[in-house]
Amino acid sequence: MRKDGTFIAVEVEDSAAADAAFAQKLTEVCPVDIFAQEPDGSLRIVDGNLDECVLCRLCIDADRDPAHPAVKVLKLYDAGALLV
Amino acid sequence: MRFFEYEAREIVKRAGIPVTDFGFATEPSQAREIAQRIGGPTVVKSQVLTGGRMKAGGVKFADTPEEAEAYARDILALEIKGHMPRGVLIDPKAEVAQEYYAGVVWDGPRKQPVMIFSPVGGIDIEQVAEEQPDKVGRRHFSNILPFSEFMAKEVIASTGVTGGALNKLVPILTRLAKVFVENDMTLAEINPLGQLADGSFVALDAHMDMENEARGRHAKLLADLGVGSEETRQAREATPFEIAGEEVDAQDHRGVAGNVTEFDGNLGLVIGAGGGSLTLFDAVRAHGGKPANYCEIGGNPSVAKACGLAKLVLTKPGVDQIAVMMSIVSNTRVDIVARGVIKACLELGYDPARKIAIFRIPGAWEEEGFKILEKYGVEYADRSVSLNEAARRAVEKIQGVAA
Repeated sequence: MRKDGTFIAVEVEDSAAADAAFAQKLTEVCPVDIFAQEPDGSLRIVDGNLDECVLCRLCIDADRDPAHPAVKVLKLYDAGALLV
Repeated sequence: MRFFEYEAREIVKRAGIPVTDFGFATEPSQAREIAQRIGGPTVVKSQVLTGGRMKAGGVKFADTPEEAEAYARDILALEIKGHMPRGVLIDPKAEVAQEYYAGVVWDGPRKQPVMIFSPVGGIDIEQVAEEQPDKVGRRHFSNILPFSEFMAKEVIASTGVTGGALNKLVPILTRLAKVFVENDMTLAEINPLGQLADGSFVALDAHMDMENEARGRHAKLLADLGVGSEETRQAREATPFEIAGEEVDAQDHRGVAGNVTEFDGNLGLVIGAGGGSLTLFDAVRAHGGKPANYCEIGGNPSVAKACGLAKLVLTKPGVDQIAVMMSIVSNTRVDIVARGVIKACLELGYDPARKIAIFRIPGAWEEEGFKILEKYGVEYADRSVSLNEAARRAVEKIQGVAA
């Protein structure tokens, strides 16, 4: 799934988004509440908070497998550059 | 925050400074009862937070309690400069031999209180200072170190007052100085301070202003006086624009984006950072600009909050452009503010490049911030451009737009 704000977009692989434990972790680490959980535990990206992203990388650090990142944060104001 | 006269008199009284046997009434019948208790001619004074009461008919002299009641009825219904009275103060009509002035005021540039004394009271001290400068004594003092009566004596004696009057006045000015310091006042003034026929002194009127930020420290005093936390007690009531600014600031806990004051210019200001707001406001005016508002932004507000403030300013009638300026920031992120103000423009259907006259916020995360500004074509400046120069550029730009 991917959601775009004005300045920031967040992309999460569908399989990771369906993982309730991972969704919970993302929800816990994001300081500006970009992530939430659906009633079934799957991940929801909160559109209204995307532009509050402070580029803290906590969601990236929380990734299940750093070698194959499931979470991508894109800077739309910088030609879609990935936050690394 | 300003106090009504009846409250200021109560503060003076609690400090041990002699006052008249005054009373406060919100109903005409209460005024009559107070006048009866006083038992003689009285003065009925409107309790409003504005000057010019006498000229407006807000001060009347009554010979009987019935007259005091009638005057109170008239005055309670009398609006003075847009203010309805809180009530009326009933004061004994004192037989005064001489009127003096005693005051303490905060001297901003010196960052110290200054006590002021004059044997010429009952009129504005500024007028006395202009017409009879030798009749005004002044002295700065520390608001940290203990206050000595000697300092008060020096000030009073410098105006030519001697003998018994000097001895009686020293404790009054000393107590006033202590009231000022202990209550975080910015103004504590007794004018006139009346000398009665027997040589004693009594406070006939008082004005007090407390530092707004200190209200929390004086909750008991304010509760005793009946001052509600909702009362702003500023020089004028907040405008809808200013109230909307408070709402923007209250929308979340992050940082500050508010403290808005309305002006009638065409250049909206989104400004802040450690005194930067005042500096920038003055700089805009010094360059011939007309600010539409004052405000304060800082402490790393959220994008939503910066956006809310910018939207508020952008939608103020008469605003052509906004200038987004701060001194070098360490605890506010440049990119977050940039996102907020650009988002405000976009959501209102404006081109940020045309609506933002200048963006001058150097500091934390400026590289990311400048990337955002570049994408939207907004003119920005880094720390090599002074606040003064940034203000000049903003004024130059808006004058070009207005022309």
